[in-house]
Amino acid sequence: MSDEPLLKVEGLSKYYGGRIGCADVSFELWPGEVLAIVGESGSGKTTLLNCLSTALEPSIGSAEYRMRDGVFRNLYDLSEAERRFLTRTDWGFVHQNPADGLRMTVSAGANVGERLMAVGDRNYGHIRSTALDWLGRVEIAADRIDDEPRAFSGGMRQRLQIARNLVTNPRLVFMDEPTGGLDVSVQARLLDLLRGLVADLGLAAVIVTHDLAVARLLSHRMMVMKEGRVIEAGLTDRVLDDPREPYTQLLVSSILQV
Amino acid sequence: MNPIAQYNFAYLDEQTKRMIRRAILKAIAIPGYQVPFASREMPMPYGWGTGGVQVTASIIGRNDVLKVIDQGADDTTNAVSIRAFFAKVAEVTTTTHTADATIIQTRHRIPEERLRTGQILVYQVPIPEPLRFLEPRETETRKMHALEEYGLMHVKLYEDIAKHGEIATTYAYPVKVEGRYVMDPSPTPKFDNPKMHMSEALQLFGAGREKRIYAVPPYTEVVSLDFEDHPFEVQKFTEPCALCGAEGVYLDEVVLDDHGGHMFVCSDTDHCEDRRAHGHRGTLGADPMEAAHV
Repeated sequence: MSDEPLLKVEGLSKYYGGRIGCADVSFELWPGEVLAIVGESGSGKTTLLNCLSTALEPSIGSAEYRMRDGVFRNLYDLSEAERRFLTRTDWGFVHQNPADGLRMTVSAGANVGERLMAVGDRNYGHIRSTALDWLGRVEIAADRIDDEPRAFSGGMRQRLQIARNLVTNPRLVFMDEPTGGLDVSVQARLLDLLRGLVADLGLAAVIVTHDLAVARLLSHRMMVMKEGRVIEAGLTDRVLDDPREPYTQLLVSSILQV
Repeated sequence: MNPIAQYNFAYLDEQTKRMIRRAILKAIAIPGYQVPFASREMPMPYGWGTGGVQVTASIIGRNDVLKVIDQGADDTTNAVSIRAFFAKVAEVTTTTHTADATIIQTRHRIPEERLRTGQILVYQVPIPEPLRFLEPRETETRKMHALEEYGLMHVKLYEDIAKHGEIATTYAYPVKVEGRYVMDPSPTPKFDNPKMHMSEALQLFGAGREKRIYAVPPYTEVVSLDFEDHPFEVQKFTEPCALCGAEGVYLDEVVLDDHGGHMFVCSDTDHCEDRRAHGHRGTLGADPMEAAHV
């Protein structure tokens, strides 16, 4: 691990008029670290994620990102061109609904290859072999490369979306409920796959989830949000095994036992 | 009574022509960039060349000689009507000879004969945005042009190769102009793309319904997009024109009977007639007198 964080967030708040989206969030994310943001619906998880991924501009606060050249830049001071370049090379964003993150009308191979072409790869053979490699890594059969994602099951679409995001070797991936809407056995496979990829590639990730099991399996650290504020943060095992805040205790004890 | 008394010269009023000329000047200054303009209602339906007609009306003068082609032909309804329109409202001389024309309005073809300095080629454009079928949002495509994000264009070419084994786009084949803007050359066959590169003639593009004008000034670099391992290629024809025997030109297939009989003839009718006048003959190009005796 590097001796400097990848992302430094300070005093980040987003207000929707008089209402609070998220308020006064500060944390540091280190290279290779997976941070889970948990909380119930409406607690500000997604607002925070959208602010971090620059889809939304926060009302106040800063988020400094260490670029590949080692210099920290405030994400909200970047020009639009720089921001868009960052989001399609050094970052990934995995949406809950794969249709939001995929191009549904072009083939799986083109979906994976799009980022390569966006950064200037003009060799068809190379793009295709890279796409094949990535489809293999997310366990999609090679003979599905020319099929459109419309012909894929929900779990396959989600894996394709992950491959599409990771093809440019990003350093930071944002995930919004990556396992939402999938059935339990498919969730388990996807989690297994994600855990392997994150470990192999040394990715840093911010995962928003309401599913504490996902947080337990994937993340090193977690933050618990309630009404837009972070009420508890710490190592995942510590928070889940020894929750301090009454609300966190409630969350943990709400998990159904089978 | 003067037959054009009720029209201003070239149909459009002077203020409108000035507005369009300003758009044209801006388009020439930024090759390949789509300039919005306040397109007017024209006395013809959208899809018949309202954009091209407005551009032509704004640049035409009394001494211009106008040629209009549709799919290469001078004698189709669209071409004949537009030629008649300008003959009436601008009282200009019209011609079918490429070399004699100062302004050539075209739909779907660039003439076979090399255009020279001083000539202006006006294209009728249905959909000016090359990224439109990949990205439906205008706000987004404008941003993509501004930031030069053209990876998506290659996604389309990738899809072609993945599905058909080659780049199967045969018309409206995207080009990059002067190393900056990606442009739709209007639905001309990709056969004509190389003619746009370093052309001596000024090329103007008008899209009436979409309200856009763009341009390629003379001697401008126009490069068709491709992959390193799947380079751009134009269509090739196995047989010459059946009427004039021309090779290396764009041919149309004409069905002759109900039994599968067909012939390939020049799509550029002026080029074909000119060659026949100079004694060139194809397999079916017997001269009318001889044909009458067979």
